[in-house]
Amino acid sequence: MSAGVRPRRGALWLAALVHRLSGVALAAFLPLHLLVLGLAIEGEAALDGFLRWTEMPIVKIAETGLVFLLAVHMLGGLRVLVLENLAWSERQKTFATVAAGVSVLVAVGFVVRAM
Amino acid sequence: MPTSNDATPTELDVRIWRGGEDGAYAHYRVPFRESQTVLDVVTFVQRHLDSTLSYRFACRVGMCGSCAMTVNGAPRWTCRTHVSKVAEDGVITIGPLRNLPVIKDLACDMTEFFEKWQRAKGRFSPTRSRREPFERISPETPKRKAVDAGIECINCGVCYSACEVVSLRRDYLGPAALNRAWTLVNDTRDAEHDARIAAVSGDAGCHNCHSHQSCVDHCPKQLSPTASIAGLKRASVGAAWRRLTGR
Repeated sequence: MSAGVRPRRGALWLAALVHRLSGVALAAFLPLHLLVLGLAIEGEAALDGFLRWTEMPIVKIAETGLVFLLAVHMLGGLRVLVLENLAWSERQKTFATVAAGVSVLVAVGFVVRAM
Repeated sequence: MPTSNDATPTELDVRIWRGGEDGAYAHYRVPFRESQTVLDVVTFVQRHLDSTLSYRFACRVGMCGSCAMTVNGAPRWTCRTHVSKVAEDGVITIGPLRNLPVIKDLACDMTEFFEKWQRAKGRFSPTRSRREPFERISPETPKRKAVDAGIECINCGVCYSACEVVSLRRDYLGPAALNRAWTLVNDTRDAEHDARIAAVSGDAGCHNCHSHQSCVDHCPKQLSPTASIAGLKRASVGAAWRRLTGR
């Protein structure tokens, strides 16, 4: 048993966690992305075969998740850059919420266009 | 079981940490009273139920910062926390502050907390002697306003206890020490600006802050150590840039 009960975690703790996990997930995805680019060098047939596979709904859903990760990581990163390099603003929770909301909209926009 | 919403609650179920790091919570029944603070509850237990209970307090009015404890999961000044605001179904759990070694029961060892103030060069270093006239500082200057925004800290340790980064790495200077350093960085009378920036820019310094703002959420004085730390980050990057460019 620990003496100090952990306090409730705030929205910006969640924002930092999402930023960290999305970064890890994107880093894990990067080799796959480079592999696909490598298919283009191997030949047209190999790349076309892969691109046909990406038309499957399950892959589209996975891509939607990827788009969300990209958006939330980029916007979250911009928030941190602004926080650490420009004049302080008390509206950090608002910025983090807007970043998450815009990322969801971008992902929804992607899936609507893809389906 | 009485609740905080009961019209006439009679008794509280109080869980208080007993022992050192390997201790456990003990249960006490404490009479509910009107306008009762958490410190009143702890004092009742010590005076009427178990005189061996150890805890700290001094002023009882939110000036000294010595009675901070963890109340229902959140670090708080117990003297300024009303039972009616925090009791959950008539239950209050009171523990020592997190992120500090437990001496016994509710008393923590604050040594590392104050040592970090020293490591962050939290001590004013004057540029003038007592024989010289006072320097006149306009309260309207941006630097003085930055000092004013952080100067009311009374070293209670609530922010340090709330900080997730301190939990992750124990050598991190923490929000209170860095907030103090920021007030001195903006003090135009201070002689150790460069040394202080160097002291807070190291491996365990301001750049470790993840800006979760738990310190801001819990500070009883409504200070914003995260804003101070962001200021230190800018000052630290500026100092590094000047060193690189020789300007």
